[in-house]
Amino acid sequence: MSDIALAAAPRRFRPVTTETPLVRRLLIAVAIVGLVILVFAPLIAVFAEALREGAAAAVASLGERDAQAAIRLTLTIAAISVPLNAAFGIAAAWFITKYDFRGKAVLITLIDLPFSVSPVVAGLCIVLMFGANSALGGWLVANGYPIVFALPGIALATMFVTFPFVARELIPVMVEQGRAEEEAALTLGASGWRAFLTVTLPNIRWALLYGVLLCNARAMGEFGAVAVVSGKIRGQTATMPITIEMLYNEYLSVAAFSLAAVLTLLALVTLLLKTALELRHADQLAANHRH
Amino acid sequence: MGRPLVHRSPIPGLGLSAGITLMMLSLVVILPLGALLLKGAAFGPLNVWEAVNRERVWAALWLSFRISFLAALFNLVFGTLLAWVLVRYRFPGRRVLDAAVDLPFALPTAVAGIALTALYAPNGPFGQIAADFGLKIAYTPAGIFIALVFVGLPFVVRTVQPVVDEIDREVEEASATLGASRRTTLARVVLPMLWPAILTGFALSLARAVGEYGSVIFIAGNIPMVSEIAPLLIVIQLEEFNYDAAASIGIAMLVISFVMLLLINLIQIWSRRRIGYV
Repeated sequence: MSDIALAAAPRRFRPVTTETPLVRRLLIAVAIVGLVILVFAPLIAVFAEALREGAAAAVASLGERDAQAAIRLTLTIAAISVPLNAAFGIAAAWFITKYDFRGKAVLITLIDLPFSVSPVVAGLCIVLMFGANSALGGWLVANGYPIVFALPGIALATMFVTFPFVARELIPVMVEQGRAEEEAALTLGASGWRAFLTVTLPNIRWALLYGVLLCNARAMGEFGAVAVVSGKIRGQTATMPITIEMLYNEYLSVAAFSLAAVLTLLALVTLLLKTALELRHADQLAANHRH
Repeated sequence: MGRPLVHRSPIPGLGLSAGITLMMLSLVVILPLGALLLKGAAFGPLNVWEAVNRERVWAALWLSFRISFLAALFNLVFGTLLAWVLVRYRFPGRRVLDAAVDLPFALPTAVAGIALTALYAPNGPFGQIAADFGLKIAYTPAGIFIALVFVGLPFVVRTVQPVVDEIDREVEEASATLGASRRTTLARVVLPMLWPAILTGFALSLARAVGEYGSVIFIAGNIPMVSEIAPLLIVIQLEEFNYDAAASIGIAMLVISFVMLLLINLIQIWSRRRIGYV
């Protein structure tokens, strides 16, 4: 009798902290199918539509003068707004984490504010402040410095919507690292700048890169805020997303999707680098990115 | 004298960092927002109310809010499921799936807009399937729903994911030892721990959706009273150089944003008091 019991295959126990295999497979299937429909399908659609008339047509459309101007403008805007926002992010994180002062919570809320404002409202604010019909804007235009419907307005709108990105990555990391290392450097005779460059910066470099990466992706792709302030002057104030809209509305589908494909590649590279940072430097990023 | 405004600190750079922070914050965020409020004040609260209190504006605001709510609700369910699957299960392709969740953050909204339209337009691959069932997705509120689900999805996943990761499995084991079925453990032990994060993600997704413009306008069709969203009304008013009306709708949307922000903060305060984490 005991022989029979021994011959029976040992029963495998399922850990109590997981679901039955059936439920597990079902949930995984729903997750995969859902993401394929919601996220991967649009991704594939961009490239499929761009290549509808062949790769040559797609590449040729990118060589058009307006497309070239749009790419140049978008790169210029990113080159202006990303470094400025990075500088702001570092300064704000230093101010907020190295000192104790009243109103810190209010300051953090104000820095985060652009995330909760619609991009269109952001653009509207800049039009109302610097538009030709406002006092300040009228004076600037009269003196030959138009802001709205010109490059400075686009840069300002882009900065508004990407404002919190870098600060938001740096603040939690710098809070966690505390002030002891900088204080030690200062005690040993380092100047403030030296302490920042040799102690703080190496500690925050990956978080800084992470923030800059996200800031850049959003800066190059911003549509709503820029649409309001740009005036959409072809070849002059039309960024890549704005040009995509104009081409699309003119039924130049291949040209629109080719330009969109370039921005999609940028998004994919951003995701790749972001994931690499999360895997390799998780301990030096804000805690919510560690997984 | 009470507390000093700034405590003395041995670390240098206070003036410089405070100067840059406050100057840039004022120039980029506070002054432009102030200009909007000032415009509203100059126009007069009564006039602002009259500019907003129109059938077309109410229809747009109600549409924006209603579809955003439905999309956030969908994301609440699907996002929580995704967060659970990505943290708890191991399967090939998990990392790709995990990275893909962030695509809506990284992909420019205009690109998402035209891509979704290409898919769901009556001649697109998904649109054709829908047409076979007699449904129309693009150029209707259903299209807006799809776009808002797309842009809001990462919020719920990324808020819930770290919390699932931190759940102490011993708590689930204890529940099982005490005779609870897996379903009971999930419903009575796990879910209560996740609720604050789920609600925060829901509110973030909702807040983002209400103000969303780029991904929606291509797929919406933008028919007044039917599929015209509130941000588009601002753009239309601006194109007609109707700054007062644009500012009025802008202020209405700002008020909605503030209410959402308040809601998110309340959820987090409630969660911190109840469970001790966000």
